[in-house]
Amino acid sequence: MSEGAPSTTLLGRGYAWSTSPRVLRSLLPAFSLAVILIAIFYLQPRAMSPIGMKLLFNLAVPIALATIAQMFVLAVNDLDLSIGAYVGFVVAVGSTMLSGGLAGLPLLEGLIPDPAPWIFTTPLAGIVVLAAAIGVYALLGAVIQLRNLPSIVVTLGMSFIWAGLAVLVLPTPGGSAPTWLRGLMTLQVPIVPFPIVALIVIGLVVHLLLMRSAYGAVIRGSGGNPRSVARAGWSLVRVKMAAFGLAGLFGVLSGLALLGLTTAGDANIAVRYTLLSIAGAILGGSEFVGGRVSPIGAVIGAATLTLANSFLTFLRLNPDWQIGAQGAILIIVLALRVLISRGEVRN
Amino acid sequence: MHADTTTIVRLDGVEKHFGAVRALDGVDLNVDAGECVGLVGHNGAGKSTLMNVLAGTTSPGAGSIVIGGADLTGAYGVAAATRQGIRCVFQELSLCPNLTVAENARIMHPSFSGFGWRRRAGALIVGKLDEIFPGHGIEAGNMVGDLSIARRQMVEIARAFSVTDTPAALVILDEPTSSLDAHVANQLLDYVRRFIAGGGACILISHLLGEILQTATRIVVMRDGKVVARRPANEFNRTTLVSAMGSVVEERGEHTAAATSRRSSGEPRVRARPAAQTDKLELLAHQGEIVGLAGLEGHGQKEILIGILQARKRRSDMAYVEGATALVAGDRQNEGIFPLWSIARNIGIRSLKSLRTGALIDRTKEDDLAAEWRDKINIRTPDLNNGILSLSGGNQQKTLFARALASDAEIILMDDPMRGVDVGTKQEVYNLVRREADKGRTFIWYTTEMDELDHCDHVYVFRDSRIVADLARDELTEERVLHSSFEPEA
Amino acid sequence: MPAAVKQILERPWIWVYIAAIAVWGATMVFTQGQGGGDLLTAALAFATFSVIVALGQMMVITLGPGNVDLSIPATMTLAGTVATKVMDTQDSMILVGFLLALAVGLGVGLFNYGLIRLLQIPPIIATLSSSFLFQSAAIWYNRGLRIKPPPQLADIATRDVLGLPLLAAAVILLAVIVHVVLHRTTYGRAVTAVGQNTRAAALAGINVDRVRFQTYVFCAVLAAVNGFFFSAFSGGAALNMGQAYLLNSIAVVVIGGTSVAGGFANVPGLWAAAMFLFLVEAMLNTFGLGAGIRLVLTGLIIVGVIIAAGGQKTER
Repeated sequence: MSEGAPSTTLLGRGYAWSTSPRVLRSLLPAFSLAVILIAIFYLQPRAMSPIGMKLLFNLAVPIALATIAQMFVLAVNDLDLSIGAYVGFVVAVGSTMLSGGLAGLPLLEGLIPDPAPWIFTTPLAGIVVLAAAIGVYALLGAVIQLRNLPSIVVTLGMSFIWAGLAVLVLPTPGGSAPTWLRGLMTLQVPIVPFPIVALIVIGLVVHLLLMRSAYGAVIRGSGGNPRSVARAGWSLVRVKMAAFGLAGLFGVLSGLALLGLTTAGDANIAVRYTLLSIAGAILGGSEFVGGRVSPIGAVIGAATLTLANSFLTFLRLNPDWQIGAQGAILIIVLALRVLISRGEVRN
Repeated sequence: MHADTTTIVRLDGVEKHFGAVRALDGVDLNVDAGECVGLVGHNGAGKSTLMNVLAGTTSPGAGSIVIGGADLTGAYGVAAATRQGIRCVFQELSLCPNLTVAENARIMHPSFSGFGWRRRAGALIVGKLDEIFPGHGIEAGNMVGDLSIARRQMVEIARAFSVTDTPAALVILDEPTSSLDAHVANQLLDYVRRFIAGGGACILISHLLGEILQTATRIVVMRDGKVVARRPANEFNRTTLVSAMGSVVEERGEHTAAATSRRSSGEPRVRARPAAQTDKLELLAHQGEIVGLAGLEGHGQKEILIGILQARKRRSDMAYVEGATALVAGDRQNEGIFPLWSIARNIGIRSLKSLRTGALIDRTKEDDLAAEWRDKINIRTPDLNNGILSLSGGNQQKTLFARALASDAEIILMDDPMRGVDVGTKQEVYNLVRREADKGRTFIWYTTEMDELDHCDHVYVFRDSRIVADLARDELTEERVLHSSFEPEA
Repeated sequence: MPAAVKQILERPWIWVYIAAIAVWGATMVFTQGQGGGDLLTAALAFATFSVIVALGQMMVITLGPGNVDLSIPATMTLAGTVATKVMDTQDSMILVGFLLALAVGLGVGLFNYGLIRLLQIPPIIATLSSSFLFQSAAIWYNRGLRIKPPPQLADIATRDVLGLPLLAAAVILLAVIVHVVLHRTTYGRAVTAVGQNTRAAALAGINVDRVRFQTYVFCAVLAAVNGFFFSAFSGGAALNMGQAYLLNSIAVVVIGGTSVAGGFANVPGLWAAAMFLFLVEAMLNTFGLGAGIRLVLTGLIIVGVIIAAGGQKTER
């Protein structure tokens, strides 16, 4: 309120940019990643090798993709509590229908004539199902906007549905990843380990998509001031559909990446992704309301969380406290952000 | 036909009613290219509604809208307004704080897309800023949320004047200088003059009459939803403008004559000073007094009410209060009613402690209390257990009065509670307030309606979050209130 | 139609009871009337645990949009673990164990509200991050060993009289008390007022911070109590014992007719919804349907109920 005092005068062009708390806040994720990386190298110098780095960062790829999915939902002031179950569903579909078509479904074992005709073995079935899943996400966005529903409860209900579908598709762990997917996730890249390249590519692509594209500005704007975006003639329903649809798309990518790493499927493999994705996005500087998100931050946040796990292992910390340490990291980062914001207010 | 080529907007007989309130009651207005229309009027005159009609966010109940020679009555909305180049700078800012200056330009101009849109949008908006506010110090990449209020206002204004595939034919500015300092405000007014000289048109709403007189080519005065005067700007001066805004004298004559100051001596029950107050004026209220807060909306009256309301709970250097307080909210939807509750519960919420028998709320006591006040204040309902939303606006407002008056509070704060209330209800409530004051209660009454000040024993006029006039009952005239509300004393 | 019947039919929760009875009937048709009483007893026994946590979750959700407690499972686990370990199968320690569980609940509630207030983060994230800590504390405290509850306590937790589990009777009483608290005390009124219109509540003199604080503590204490009894019921505290209750508590509240937009809570509906969810699962089990279909149907019910109820505040 005090900002509104009419005595506000014009300053020169260099308006307090270099030391702005916002800049400080946006450096926080990178800073925490660096700290944790240095700590790991200190404890375990062998991790500095390309293979060590690859192992460290491998699991960060699917987590980063899930975090990106969560971030799209955060951008429009919603929260997705079903992303973990959804990624599990994608893994289940990927390990069955995407590699063996309908014939890959344990549910249909014995029902399909042998030799199976083309229609039962084509991986197209998997592609159709995954595309439909993305469609469901977009639809959910529309329903949430049209009926003014709390996304927390809707996505909570959806998490039952995805988990149930995953169990239907793949009742017991098994199946196998399509070979092209395994090949992709174990790609050899000269000099820099593949997961790091993948993370950088993901961060940059999403940055272009959401932070640099013309429609990305509208999506974020509708998180910042929905009324004025609507007043400028944009359809909020369409914006929500886009944001949720993109979340569905990146959820699919996350599931496929995870499947490529594990090579076999398990419906319950990604239960923790819901919490990890929220934590990663927040760690990376996204906020719950106001459309303030950062794709590069989200990738860094996801990587930090993944590394924190390894770090705690290297630390020989009592494994009992590993989950707790993740909670503590989240709380500390949030506390730091509050401190920085207080500084902002004081300025 | 020829005349239409320069007429941008023509409104004929536009009406808009909200319930019993005639916000617009047959307004004719036309704006030609090359003119700046100054729009003035006191609270509730209909300026904002008229603006919303032009912006397409409110559709009028009756009347015709002709834009650029085409009759758009019935087909007018936000999209049509945008297409016709009618732009608004609203009082509440409509930028997205999480986007950069350039991105905010993109939100308004869908034509920015494809490769390099950020550069083009940034160049457009910064170019416009350079044109209007040289030396503004804003960059296209600045996050709007990081800018000061003044700079946000500047971006908002520049965005409204910026042109892509649709022209900026008419720009409506609602209190555009409220957060700008004098230098920047003058830059804006200079630009407006250049803009109209180049064939554009503006509507300027401001409480600073000097700005209007300097900038406008023509002035339109509104009162009670009607246009009451329209003349070239050079035929007005400050005094004639203020008197044009006031109502006809005989309507209020007898009240004023009979009035005597009731200000009692002794210790005041409430003593409050706005945070921005620099001189030693302060608000005092004694037992049995009705104290009015006047001035234009949003000039600090509400803040001081809330300060007094919470003075006992939170240590506040704004106010000293002796006795319990209760508030009658005027913004019923957001600050008053509990929509899921019955009328009786809505009345009882402020008095729960006295409604208990043991630890539990006694339903009989609650119903009795509600019934007592239904009779005293005449809430029209067959059953107090009906939902609050079953009541009309006026009766909902009475429920809020009942909530405050049924409580143990000795000091009743009223936040412009008569908005959108019909005349009959108003009269009932005025009488009730006077009766309660006679019994010893203190009322502090913020009102945007000039007539209601007649019911007050003492009036404080607010401007720019300060008390600028302290008027006893016998000094109160509409003209003095208007003068104090609108401009610093010369 | 007599006025009394009409009045009952107007209650939103009555339909959930009807649905529960219908599901029970469908199961009975399938089993040709076998084991109907046992099924009801089992439903009551399991619904009891859902209702305990749902009572707390209901109060939290009633506070308005964004309020939800995600730390319930971890709190259950922590309280159950600490209590069973301290009681160490001795009957004489039951009271100590119970008080300890209450203390854990109190501590959790204080911690959660502290995070919400001091870090100014949405409750959902505050309770999420704190749940990590509680879960770890439980693991660390007990190393995952499963200690049996004291025999007397186990007996209390599993006994039933004429088909009515003792614990269920106690929780029905608890539900009645919460119902009275909700409708007849200043606290209950304050919770529903805050949930309907926080600003109006503050302006009407309600101390919003205190109401929120009390509610988060109340919810955590109930979660702890549930952990205590559930570990007695199921033969010891297990580390994953709370997991099912995260979604279950929210589902029971929503299906039971409490408004997800806040401001309106419904206690009778909780029992109906808890029984309904258990009976649906039992029915699908009886039909020989797998876990997958059960999950999908539960999810569809929750989403369907929310979409039907809508997020906007409705007239009552």
